Amino acid sequence: MKILVCISKAPDTTTKISFTDGDTKFDESGVKYIVNPYDEWYALVRGLELKEAHGGSVTTVTVGTAEDEATIRKALAIGADDATRIDVKPEDASQVAAEIAHFAKEGAYDLVLLGKETIDYNGSQVGGMLAEHLDMPFISLAEKLDVEGTTATLDKEIIGGLQTVEAELPLVVSCTKGMAEQRIPNMRGIMAARKKPLNVVPASGAAKQTSFEKYALPAPKSAVKLIDPNNMDELVELLHNEAKVI
Amino acid sequence: MSVLVYINSNGEKIAKNAFEAVTYAKKIGDVTVVTNGKADDSMLSQLGKYGASKVMVDRSFEGIDEQQLTKMVATAAEKIDANTIIFSNDLIGKAVAPRLSVKMNVGLVAGASGVPEADGTIPVNVFSGKAYGYVKVNTDKKIIALLPNSIPVEETGSEAPVEEFEGNAGESRVTVKETKLPEGDIPLPEAELVVSGGRGLKGPENWGMITDLAKELGAATACSRPVSDSDWRPHHEHVGQTGVAIAPNLYIAAGISGAIQHLAGVNRSKVIVVINTDDEAPFFKAADYGVVGDAFEVLPRLTEAVKKFKASN
Ligand SMILES: Cc1cc2nc3c(=O)[nH]c(=O)nc-3n(C[C@H](O)[C@H](O)[C@H](O)COP(=O)(O)OP(=O)(O)OC[C@H]3O[C@@H](n4cnc5c(N)ncnc54)[C@H](O)[C@@H]3O)c2cc1C
Repeated sequence: MKILVCISKAPDTTTKISFTDGDTKFDESGVKYIVNPYDEWYALVRGLELKEAHGGSVTTVTVGTAEDEATIRKALAIGADDATRIDVKPEDASQVAAEIAHFAKEGAYDLVLLGKETIDYNGSQVGGMLAEHLDMPFISLAEKLDVEGTTATLDKEIIGGLQTVEAELPLVVSCTKGMAEQRIPNMRGIMAARKKPLNVVPASGAAKQTSFEKYALPAPKSAVKLIDPNNMDELVELLHNEAKVI
Repeated sequence: MSVLVYINSNGEKIAKNAFEAVTYAKKIGDVTVVTNGKADDSMLSQLGKYGASKVMVDRSFEGIDEQQLTKMVATAAEKIDANTIIFSNDLIGKAVAPRLSVKMNVGLVAGASGVPEADGTIPVNVFSGKAYGYVKVNTDKKIIALLPNSIPVEETGSEAPVEEFEGNAGESRVTVKETKLPEGDIPLPEAELVVSGGRGLKGPENWGMITDLAKELGAATACSRPVSDSDWRPHHEHVGQTGVAIAPNLYIAAGISGAIQHLAGVNRSKVIVVINTDDEAPFFKAADYGVVGDAFEVLPRLTEAVKKFKASN
């Protein structure tokens, strides 16, 4: 089975968010980047488990600049066989999806896995876009994925519950919690990753369709109003009359 | 301007986030709604109240297959020459809107939190709710997927005519084997009231305090990540940066410290109540109302107070 896993970097979860250039650019100074947790913990690890069970290969693909190579090496250290970096700065989801699709068309992959969203722009867009480019079904928010021959069985979140579905490969699957357990790379993995192929390919030149014009931070919260723990009637009264939420 | 809204009408009733999407669309132009399945005309025509001037329904297929819905919405968009297409950014919108964006070659704004600004940019939540961004779409037409619970529903009209149409949805390539919808539970992502518990509650055996309060309020239940990681509660209740992001009117957090990753999933809540024994818990900085006290005493007391309030109102 040939598996492609889309890997993106994302700012570490504790990053303090601020902007520069008149609030038109995310201030990257001092920001530590990690592999987007959904891509790493769920998509990549499930890809590796499927390869271990059925044979085949796990390739990662990233749309990004040389700055992304540390996070790509981490994915290789966790166990991916090889990586490709499409050499262009990612600008929006439509560009990223078009670039990955251009690359993936060549590879005849059986499964394309990605995280349900990145934790910076939270768009949840690339998977669906990619599936449309590749004319494959898109199983979103899957928390379980098994493959038997050429048929995949998946559990996916639906509004208010869970659905078990079946589809023929090839597929695009966005992965969420439950799919796999996080793997911590060991020393051997980290050493091996240095020698694994990290191919850099030029971008096809896909255009972006959207752009962020400016950013703003939410207004700071006013101070908390403390309520006597013995007087929950007062809290209910405030929630009703002051906050008007019940 | 011609605006098309996709709504899901496959359930018993139409969900509030569909009314939000129609309300939102009405602020942009003349609204046509497109949907599929077997819903009664009478149920669909009520969308007129929120501003739809027409409802188009494809009765030839049911369900929420994302490839079929993409084709159907594209057919409808062409038919009415829609300039803007609106989805609710729920689990269906997240699967269909990106596909449609590629199919129609139209820019998508996912997770819009408000109506377009005077300069045409659209506000969205970014960095897991820690900031807003304003997005410009570079194509003539646009697709907007609206975050649930970000604008109030408004009734502006009366019933809308319902007409059948052929959406050329094609066949589904995915077979549904089983659908599990836990009964009585309120789905978390769309809930207006949420009661949530953290590690401070010590163990799953103590969750009755959370579910009792939730039942009394008609709220959904949620939890912090360590709680679902320890299997005290199911995964789908985990809120935060790596769980579900929610924006209810009221979020009550008991025994949760308020780590930055937790706040990222709940900071769009309109009102936050924090119950914690530690008056220095970081969550109090993000709270509107705080109770410094033992959740084991405060939660039952709050449940009683809500009961009393419900009885007298
Ligand atoms: C990459 C990454 C992603 C993460 N994503 C998430 C996420 O999505 N969601 C998430 O929640 N966490 C996430 N975390 C974990 C997060 O950092 C915290 O560890 C977690 O939120 C803590 O959960 P908690 O508040 O339940 O437990 P604790 O931090 O242990 O806090 C328990 C709280 O309960 C209070 N308490 C104790 N006894 C009582 C009592 N009797 N009555 C009232 N209060 C009491 C304590 O004072 C304390 O404040 C993530 C971490 C990382 C590194």
